[in-house]
Amino acid sequence: MTRRRVRFTFPEQLITEPVIYELGHRFQVVTNIRMADVDEHIGWVVLEIDGDDADIERSLAWAQSRGVRVDPVTGDVMEG
Amino acid sequence: MSFVTALRCRECHREYALAATHVCEFCFGPLEVAYDYDAIRRAVSRVSIERGPASMWRYAPFLPCDAENRVDLGAGFTPLVRADNLGRRLGLRQLWIKNDTMNPTWSFKDRVVEVAATRARELGYDTLACASTGNLANSVAAHAAHAGMRAFVFIPSDLEAGKVIGSAVYHPTLVAVDGSYDDVNRLCAELGDRYPWAFVNINVRPYYAEGSKTLGYEVAEQLGWQAPDHCVVPMASGSLFTKIHKGLKELHQVGLIEEPLTRMHGAQAAGCAPIATAWSEGSFNFRPVKPRTIARSLAIGNPADGYYALRTLADTAGAAAAVSDEEVVEGMLLLAETEGIFAETAGGVVVAALRRLAEAGRIGPDETTVAFVTGAGLKTQEAVTDAVVQPLHVRATVPSFEEALAVREAAGTAGR
Repeated sequence: MTRRRVRFTFPEQLITEPVIYELGHRFQVVTNIRMADVDEHIGWVVLEIDGDDADIERSLAWAQSRGVRVDPVTGDVMEG
Repeated sequence: MSFVTALRCRECHREYALAATHVCEFCFGPLEVAYDYDAIRRAVSRVSIERGPASMWRYAPFLPCDAENRVDLGAGFTPLVRADNLGRRLGLRQLWIKNDTMNPTWSFKDRVVEVAATRARELGYDTLACASTGNLANSVAAHAAHAGMRAFVFIPSDLEAGKVIGSAVYHPTLVAVDGSYDDVNRLCAELGDRYPWAFVNINVRPYYAEGSKTLGYEVAEQLGWQAPDHCVVPMASGSLFTKIHKGLKELHQVGLIEEPLTRMHGAQAAGCAPIATAWSEGSFNFRPVKPRTIARSLAIGNPADGYYALRTLADTAGAAAAVSDEEVVEGMLLLAETEGIFAETAGGVVVAALRRLAEAGRIGPDETTVAFVTGAGLKTQEAVTDAVVQPLHVRATVPSFEEALAVREAAGTAGR
């Protein structure tokens, strides 16, 4: 089992969709919302995801395919 | 000796032991190094600093590691160049260039990496790692070589050959990662949590970031122990921007300079300007972007310290500018032609932003202004290849030379 922390950013068209609920049902992962800020235009959520590496990867790929931006909690780690 | 007391969350102020950790377990805020400033005040003076080495290590009491253990290729104490020629072009009579191209691997990243490498060794690590498109990779690879440490350097697989060589020559383990920029970010964040490495801008980031403060100290010392009226600084993650200001404030806190009233101005390329965009909208929430700019050393779409950079802009009544790639090239050429300093694209961003700020009247003609040029132009030669003057081709005879020169001079393209 692995725990991964990520930051989801939702575009406006996904604000009303139950993306995290669906993610928990589609994949063998446990989600825990640790922080969030959502309004009618944009939202972000800091999410802890527990599960096997492969399941976590698949769940994140699915979230991205839905249009969610997935980032490290601390922002970009790549530098110039 | 070091005067560090703890790591402290910038949001909730919880304190942590001085380990390799970077994020608050409670609120996910970034951790920052805390110091005993009273002890620093007692330990340092202008004279004690001036007697120190001609490098960033003259400010060792302000750094989160012991100078006795330092990994030292000689970073810092770079020239502060009086820029009268450029100043005349921009209408600024008190303009200075902080020329940080003069570092061991030709960028300011050597400052942060020397601190990170030193602290990593103190914490018992034998491996340095980073994810980078250029300057940081070069610096980590070089300092690991000097320190006898292993190095893992992660780069995007589409990186230009010239930039790969600048790291490969030091013989690190170079890993070219397939995938988008975001994919590389996520992979490296995960690796940083899993492997027993000092990932310089992940698990040892609180220490690493402190190295940038030395730019603030140096500028104040080189101006005769006073803070400038304006700083114009490139913004990528936003860390450098905030730390230069922190350096100035710390010098005041320990009694070495008057209270700094410096306005901190930030420069970004329009193709990756999440901080400048939020500033122009009057917001402290920036939106992550996908970078599209020739200024790749500033191409951070989701800047870790973006919020704090916006706070610094607000606290100091500074301004942010987002300049086009065409302005970046113009800025690089203008700096080279007027002051003899060949900067990388990030320097072009700074000069272009400086011009915008001067034209907008945000910088007064007699106010002391420092523009920070943080990397050397040889790293990004392709940006100006088509824009520079072409050589005169002549046969090895005096008449051939004079004939060719006359043609160029008649056309007004002979160069200075």
